[in-house]
Amino acid sequence: MLEHSYPRIGEQVWHDTLPNGLTIRVVSKPYHAKACAYFVTRYGGMDLRFQLNSQWLDTPAGIAHYLEHKMFDTEEGNALQELAKNGAEPNAFTSNAITAYYFDSTDHFYDNLRILLSFVSIPYFTDESVEKEQGIIGQEIRMVEDNPEWQVYQQLMECLYKESPARVSVAGTVESIRQITADTLYHCHKAFYTPANMVLCVVGNVDPQKVADIAREVLPAESGPVIPRDYGEESSFAPAHQEAEQRMEVSMPQFLAGYKCQPPKDGEEHLRMGMIGDMACDILFGDSSPLYRRLYEEGLINGSFGGNFDLLPGAAYLYVGGDTKDPRAVHQAVTAEAERLSREGIDETFYQQIRRAAYGQLVRSLNSFETIAIAAAEGVFQGFDYYRFPEVFDTITKADVEAFLRENVTAERTAISIIYPKEAN
Amino acid sequence: MTMIRTKLRDNVYLTYVPAVKFKTGFLSAQFLTPLRAETAGYNALLCAVLERGCRKYPDMEKLSAALDLLYGANVEHIVRKRGEYQLWGFVASAIDDAFVPGGGQLLEGVAEILGELICHPVLEDGLLKREYVDSERTNLLDAIRSAVNDKRTYAGKRLLEEMCRGEAYGLSHIGEEADVAPITAESLTRHYEAQLASSRLELYYCGRAELERVTAAVEPILRDLPVSRETAIAPPLVHPVRSEPLVIRQAMDVTQGKLSVGFSVDCKDRDAVFVMNTMFGATSNSKLFLNVREKLSLCYYASSAYHRSKNLITVSSGIEFKNYQKALDEILAQLECMKQGNWEDWELTGARSCIANGHRSISDSAGRLEDFYMGQIATGQQNSPESLMEAALAVTPERIMAAARAVSLDTIYFLTGKEEMDRA
Repeated sequence: MLEHSYPRIGEQVWHDTLPNGLTIRVVSKPYHAKACAYFVTRYGGMDLRFQLNSQWLDTPAGIAHYLEHKMFDTEEGNALQELAKNGAEPNAFTSNAITAYYFDSTDHFYDNLRILLSFVSIPYFTDESVEKEQGIIGQEIRMVEDNPEWQVYQQLMECLYKESPARVSVAGTVESIRQITADTLYHCHKAFYTPANMVLCVVGNVDPQKVADIAREVLPAESGPVIPRDYGEESSFAPAHQEAEQRMEVSMPQFLAGYKCQPPKDGEEHLRMGMIGDMACDILFGDSSPLYRRLYEEGLINGSFGGNFDLLPGAAYLYVGGDTKDPRAVHQAVTAEAERLSREGIDETFYQQIRRAAYGQLVRSLNSFETIAIAAAEGVFQGFDYYRFPEVFDTITKADVEAFLRENVTAERTAISIIYPKEAN
Repeated sequence: MTMIRTKLRDNVYLTYVPAVKFKTGFLSAQFLTPLRAETAGYNALLCAVLERGCRKYPDMEKLSAALDLLYGANVEHIVRKRGEYQLWGFVASAIDDAFVPGGGQLLEGVAEILGELICHPVLEDGLLKREYVDSERTNLLDAIRSAVNDKRTYAGKRLLEEMCRGEAYGLSHIGEEADVAPITAESLTRHYEAQLASSRLELYYCGRAELERVTAAVEPILRDLPVSRETAIAPPLVHPVRSEPLVIRQAMDVTQGKLSVGFSVDCKDRDAVFVMNTMFGATSNSKLFLNVREKLSLCYYASSAYHRSKNLITVSSGIEFKNYQKALDEILAQLECMKQGNWEDWELTGARSCIANGHRSISDSAGRLEDFYMGQIATGQQNSPESLMEAALAVTPERIMAAARAVSLDTIYFLTGKEEMDRA
């Protein structure tokens, strides 16, 4: 194991890659009571089409998430309960790009780590158990369908993207998950839950060598091949549809607007682009921007207003939204402000102010063990070392942010999704 | 973890928690006011208006700029209900001096901004700026109305409202539309002056700074704060036991039903009730999770919460409409198991581990520690996470059964679909 020191952010991190291809990161936290382990596979809601044994496979929407639910089943019972018996708080999530399994605990850490590595690497499904999960996930899907924040996001992705699986919900639909069988789950597990496609990240007061030893002992000695995937080719930066709206049981209209952006190359450019995109958001519509103040004072936005830059496999977009009485007016104001900034440039004093705030935010985010672990894992998958962010941040200039806004945040690349309240009966 | 509580002067206290493990220093200033329908909306609105600007930074753009220059320091107003008190004020944080490129001291700047926000609001003709009052009143009314958007939270709120009607505990922490709508710049200014001169102020700091430095840094908050008399904090009143359970059905246009069930607890052994509830429904190893969700697939979630200060238990679940009776029966059947001592050893061992883990990890978050200590103060208690954990770990199976037998069904609230309601 190699020890890396990151003095600017006060972190010590051990790096290792096992002979089977698994990447390990251990972030030392000597003063914390809890320790967390994140076991992450580069397999998410967007990995629907991939090559297995030299054949292209198309799988049903929602399968990565479904697999996540079923991985907790073991031959002896359920890993969730095994971990909870040790006082650990286990959980998992599936995003567009990854599936992460994790726990935090203040005791029995190494026992818990063994359980985590074991249940994620050994699939155990039966037709009956897969069938039963339909009910639970079906309820989960129904629950998010009642959630206006989810609807407004899903509707936006369907507007923005035509070919990219970014338009498909991570959980799938009640209909799509009906096609999932024990067989398809085994295929997907074999393809993506292989050590070379995974990262183990531990954060806490633990012995790094012991972590590596346990991983070597529990996981298979050899990895399968890295699987080619197809994320679809977006033919244009124009959205598939410029707008979509629906009515739900909400008290006031809410909207989400998106701007399709050029996705970055792998490596540190990916990290750099992420930070440029975040700063562009702060400058364009952040809490201290002139636009935010103006819209707030006009009563067009409230504290719910905000947005961010999001990087997905093979796709990137900037989004902004919130509750407002006039979604279209706010959307137009954002686009117009971006055009103004592209034309006139960003005020130098304001840029320096935002730069300070952005740096502070990056440091602050390291309070969260989840951020520390997930950012590191995503970095490994995209070919960069996340903890080098201060050095990469130093290279960003005002011209970079201006170029980002000019290229990406334009009327041609945008779409809007709106949820209106139901009309009174 | 060390905690030092200092009385800075009458009615003003500082809770100080030294910690080197965070990237940020955390500073909080909370006023404590008994929760009342007439004033809840006033206090909620007041914080929001104060956050709009102060003498030195009179609008949000200038205030945000000042915070940006402190490396993205955060200041936000927060309104909470803890016990039967309303806590309202500001929480702030800034990255620790150790991570400021080129060095610098941020705590003093953050405390100064808090002092400005609390003591020097933007005034026009001696009144809180009308424009800010009007726009924040609109925002607060929107927030009150939007409680309906998240059905899970809404069902929980409605349950407490019905269950604790006539008690402060049933009130919303941000007030109701009818109480907020008539607030004017005049009435809010009078309220502001009265509150500042009478409410308990609790300050909290967690981070690397020494106690002396923190005491000196918060001086700008105290300097211009009116002198107030020491006030005592009263614990919540006991919830009266109901002879017949109250059943409430409400219809909305939803695809998933929300079943919330409230129980009263006639038992003074709160450590035992706490452990009992952990086994009953508070973890992914609990009876509710394993049976109602996993075994019978009746719902996506089913969990219970122990409202320790008020001695109530609430169960929250999301179910298909048609499963109402089945889910309710199963929840009650699992409670019956607790009463009969019908559990396996690992269930108690697991609950104890979860309790230990939960309490130990509070100290890993400056925000959770703040919420813990503010909660203790607002309910007239003086526990530490460690002392609560030790007391809970000493609870025996007999005490758990005794606690479960003191639990009785109080209120059932069911949020159902419109068509279901018409059919019923």
